[in-house]
Amino acid sequence: MDVILENLPLYWNGFLRTLFLSAVSGVIALVLGTLLAAARVSPVAALRGFSMVYVEVLRNTPLTIAFFFAAIVLPRLGVTFEQFEVAAIIALSTYTAAFIAEAVRSGVNSVPVGQAEAARSIGMNFGQVLNLIILPQALRTVVPPLINILIALVKNSSVAGAFFVLELFGYGRQLANANGDAVIPVLLGVAFFYLLLTVPLGILASTVERKVAIAR
Amino acid sequence: MTTHVPGDALVSLNAVNKHYGQLHVLKDINLQVRKGEVVVVIGPSGSGKSTLCRAINRLETIEGGTISIDGKVLPAEGKELAQLRADVGMVFQSFNLFAHKTILENVTLGPIKVKGVAKATADKDAMALLERVGVGHQAPKLPAQLSGGQQQRVAIARALAMKPKVMLFDEPTSALDPEMINEVLDVMIQLAKEGMTMIVVTHEMGFARKAADRVVFMADGQIVEDATPEEFFTNPKSDRAKDFLSKLLTH
Repeated sequence: MDVILENLPLYWNGFLRTLFLSAVSGVIALVLGTLLAAARVSPVAALRGFSMVYVEVLRNTPLTIAFFFAAIVLPRLGVTFEQFEVAAIIALSTYTAAFIAEAVRSGVNSVPVGQAEAARSIGMNFGQVLNLIILPQALRTVVPPLINILIALVKNSSVAGAFFVLELFGYGRQLANANGDAVIPVLLGVAFFYLLLTVPLGILASTVERKVAIAR
Repeated sequence: MTTHVPGDALVSLNAVNKHYGQLHVLKDINLQVRKGEVVVVIGPSGSGKSTLCRAINRLETIEGGTISIDGKVLPAEGKELAQLRADVGMVFQSFNLFAHKTILENVTLGPIKVKGVAKATADKDAMALLERVGVGHQAPKLPAQLSGGQQQRVAIARALAMKPKVMLFDEPTSALDPEMINEVLDVMIQLAKEGMTMIVVTHEMGFARKAADRVVFMADGQIVEDATPEEFFTNPKSDRAKDFLSKLLTH
């Protein structure tokens, strides 16, 4: 256990990096995923098609491919970044957005069709119906699956460790290499810090779920 | 039959047709409704009366014919359609109040977001409307906290807040407990007296007798009779209508 206490600053650094990666990617993924879900239910066929292809491709390929793409293919296409962290954020957020889009879409489908009809009947256009009536109700019903996706995102961010981004898992690997005799405590320490992020998210999920529930 | 002046029609359906797959739900429907007129549409289930009502603000698309509101043909999609819909109030069987908004917000949302009315003005107008339908004291509550009858009266206020030229009612009392039906009908009768143009799909024969200028009887996707309530209830011409009325009156 000493190895954890001795390297607490390192763990803390990694924890903050993971928190940063997850938070930034999470916010981008939520926005992008909601836009994709909106495109999926829009009256414009091209938008629906784009959203469907995006979701199917990103959802059905491994996250590592998204990372390779962001870290290696994008720079060759002329998109360069100073830090690998940017690539990690691109990969994590585009990948997670596909799952968020599907969750939000299921939420949209759970809102009774009469809500949209009533909104249209008082003269609202598609954007108003979606933004004022459907999404506020849909997002409330998808809080639990959204939090699940965000928990998965926190854990998925560890893949960044393999792409030269020093986050929790990256530091963990360094520590394990340096302390060959104490690999198990090192990894237990890593797991503990991940739990420090994911368990509160789960608690947040149930609190938010209770708060925003709408009676019908 | 009442006499119609064709140019005077506020709502005008000409040769409207619609299919659900094989089922021909609307067959060559022609209907003119003048300003201030109250038209009650009755008929057996599946006769197409709800579809007719929903087609008038294009919640149902049609395949043939035209529907015009105040001289303007209903457009297929887009901004013009939204504008026309704002002129047509709709009250649904299942109320469809916005579940995440308060009663007051349900009524003010349309004026504020669609018409750009200032919030203070919209709130004031909405409160007046809610008072008028007798649910003013419920303003801060959420729809689920109200009874069905109260919700339906709020739905009427929500539609009225847009100052529509015509109000459509799609079986407004069919989802209500018997003791709540009258509170909704009273509001509708009041509205009819004030000169609102109304198209009402209903099974409430009492309302048809009391408030309707015309009764339109539909069966199998067609308008079978179009008469004054007096004429229709005492002296129906078609066998279909006679049959329908005899089934109603035996209970």
